[in-house]
Amino acid sequence: MTEIKLNKVVKAYGEVEVIHGIDLEIHSGEFVVFVGPSGCGKSTLLRIIAGLEKVSGGEVVIDGEVVNTVPASERGLAMVFQSYALYPHMSVYKNMAFGLENAKMPREEIDKRVTEAARLLQIEPYLQRRPKALSGGQRQRVAIGRAIVRDPKAFLFDEPLSNLDAELRVAMRKELAGLHAKLGGTMIYVTHDQVEAMTLADTIVVLSGGNVAQAGKPLDLYNKPRNTFVAGFIGSPRMNLVEARVAANGTGFDLVSGAQTIRVPEVPGLEAQSSATYGVRPEHIAITGEDDADVTATVELSEQLGGETYLYCSADGLPQLTVHQLGQLPVERGQVIHLKFDRSKMHVFGADGNVLANGLPT
Amino acid sequence: MTMASTSSSGRPVLGFLTRRREGGQWHWTDVFTYVYLVLGVLLMFGPVVWLVLSSFKTPAGLLEFPPTLLPLGQIEVQVEGYDDPLPLFAVTMEDGTVKELAQIRRIGIMAQMVDPENPGERVSVPINTREPIREMRVATENYIDPLETFNFLRYLQNSVIVTVVATVITLLINSMAAYGLAIYDFKGRNAIMLFVIGTLMIPVTIVLVPTYLVVTQLGMVNTLWAVILPGAATPTGVFLLRQYMLTIPKDLIEAARMDKASEWTIYWRIVLPLSLPAIAVLAIFSVMWRWNDFLWPLVVLTRNEVYTLQIGLNAFQGELDVQWHYVLAMTVVTLIPVVLVFAFLQRFITTGIASSGMK
Ligand SMILES: Nc1ncnc2c1ncn2[C@@H]1O[C@H](COP(=O)(O)OP(=O)(O)OP(=O)(O)O)[C@@H](O)[C@H]1O
Ligand SMILES: [Mg+2]
Repeated sequence: MTEIKLNKVVKAYGEVEVIHGIDLEIHSGEFVVFVGPSGCGKSTLLRIIAGLEKVSGGEVVIDGEVVNTVPASERGLAMVFQSYALYPHMSVYKNMAFGLENAKMPREEIDKRVTEAARLLQIEPYLQRRPKALSGGQRQRVAIGRAIVRDPKAFLFDEPLSNLDAELRVAMRKELAGLHAKLGGTMIYVTHDQVEAMTLADTIVVLSGGNVAQAGKPLDLYNKPRNTFVAGFIGSPRMNLVEARVAANGTGFDLVSGAQTIRVPEVPGLEAQSSATYGVRPEHIAITGEDDADVTATVELSEQLGGETYLYCSADGLPQLTVHQLGQLPVERGQVIHLKFDRSKMHVFGADGNVLANGLPT
Repeated sequence: MTMASTSSSGRPVLGFLTRRREGGQWHWTDVFTYVYLVLGVLLMFGPVVWLVLSSFKTPAGLLEFPPTLLPLGQIEVQVEGYDDPLPLFAVTMEDGTVKELAQIRRIGIMAQMVDPENPGERVSVPINTREPIREMRVATENYIDPLETFNFLRYLQNSVIVTVVATVITLLINSMAAYGLAIYDFKGRNAIMLFVIGTLMIPVTIVLVPTYLVVTQLGMVNTLWAVILPGAATPTGVFLLRQYMLTIPKDLIEAARMDKASEWTIYWRIVLPLSLPAIAVLAIFSVMWRWNDFLWPLVVLTRNEVYTLQIGLNAFQGELDVQWHYVLAMTVVTLIPVVLVFAFLQRFITTGIASSGMK
């Protein structure tokens, strides 16, 4: 069982700092997902943990031991690369046995472990094939198998599914979740796909520009985003985020954007005459009658999926609003509808982008 | 219509040899291409064919003018009273009969002939009435004699040892240097590479004497090591292998590191096998360099037992005038290994490049 801790980890390439002092604690047996947009430093952070990159500052601690100077081969971790990085000149069997041979394991033990892993991943028929004679999904399994046989302290995955087609990705995602349940090891998984993050993770770490934007349980991130970045990143389709000017009215505030005014109760930290951002998820917008509507909008596009419906609406002064409704709706393009935002599920962020309230009193 | 479908119908070989641009019409570019290719083949391959054919000619056949393509040689006969064998001619006599006579000497437009059956009697005939009598004879003794009598097998053995050992050493240390310069990222890496390449600009002749002094100090003169060691590390080889190793995906090396591989293991089991195409190229170069090397062996090898083939061939020219028939035959022998090596290794050059196993 393995605990990994990062203390103020900084990474700079020459003058350019790409990781700005990250603190993180990964518990034993946890499935942690690093997620964030391209170039935010996910891979770099993973490679720092793996020992493939040196830190410029701070320390990496594995099981209570500072490993800053321990080379990758001695850290006892296993990594699955985005490109799979299978050795092209070796058979699948040899690929999986390579790490064990390096550890001077006896032949029978190697054989036992490789067959075991091959059975688990259902790649037994291909053991004697070269990687180039395998499909993408099969290569992926071999890459995972190569990690499994080592029985590592922790598994590191760098976007392992990004080269697979959508269907296979979903299937492999389930398998990975099953694998984690079966093996129970500590896993760190990098992806830029937030659906993968939501479905796999015990803990999601959202990275943004070399900083941790927020770390926590998937639903905590969904329900209580700490800033506009996390609010916009987690959840699909995106949360509707609207910039507004704050104006005081007797009992609360008016959030004014263009011609639209949303009336909200008192929010601690919110000041009149400042700017703010409010957010509401597509499923927290209801279609109502004209009287108690917050916004009157025109439907620009309606996606009828059968079980659910997405409406993309425009209203004067607001960015495009996404509305999610269960079931089928008789709504057409160009139709005018009245929308009401669920105050108890609304998020308000201050001028600096940090959250002031997740859910407002009604 | 594509070229493939035209050529696959009917006679494939002929179809292949007369392939044209699309459409099956002769275009001037087709003609030009074929002329160019035929010229190229003649230019490149002609001398080699000539050499091989000539190496089977008797000394008399070699001297014949105009030269013949096939190993035809004028028949020579031993005539009583003459030390050297005399060339045999068919002479048309004044009365129209044809006689076989041996020529003693030629004086202007007349030739003095003798009948081998009747050595006492000489006749003088105009040279345009006689025809040389030729026979087709493959002079295998050109090969057998030097190999048997002149220690050529010893030279051959030395050459093989030098070539094989030197090539193995060259491949090993060049690939190790290339590994260091390709896989590790350190300050001054490019400067070192530049320095290595820079040594290419120093001509061999300049380092000849210093190297000779070093070799002498080490007591290696007149051993094969004197030929093998000095040229083992080649800047060309390091450069060639390094550039190839740079194309090996970094992920593979890192995956191996994660797999607890030592640096030696990464070199030996990952990088080396993946560099096989470049290694094959270098191996071909090295074999050709070593096998054909002349100047350096000439300097450090002075005793007959350690001669390589090239030095042996050279010694041949001095000993008894120039024995062209032997020189030609032994030249063919020296060509054989290079051809074999190329035939075996060229397969690697093309296959290896195409088989990178990443996604
Ligand atoms: N060797 C390097 N030298 C300089 N900058 C680098 C180097 N490697 C990465 N970077 C920079 O560090 C930042 C983080 O890169 P990283 O590869 O970690 O991104 P990522 O989050 O994995 O992105 P992606 O989702 O596209 O893989 C990027 O801005 C990148 O330009
Ligand atoms: Mg990445």
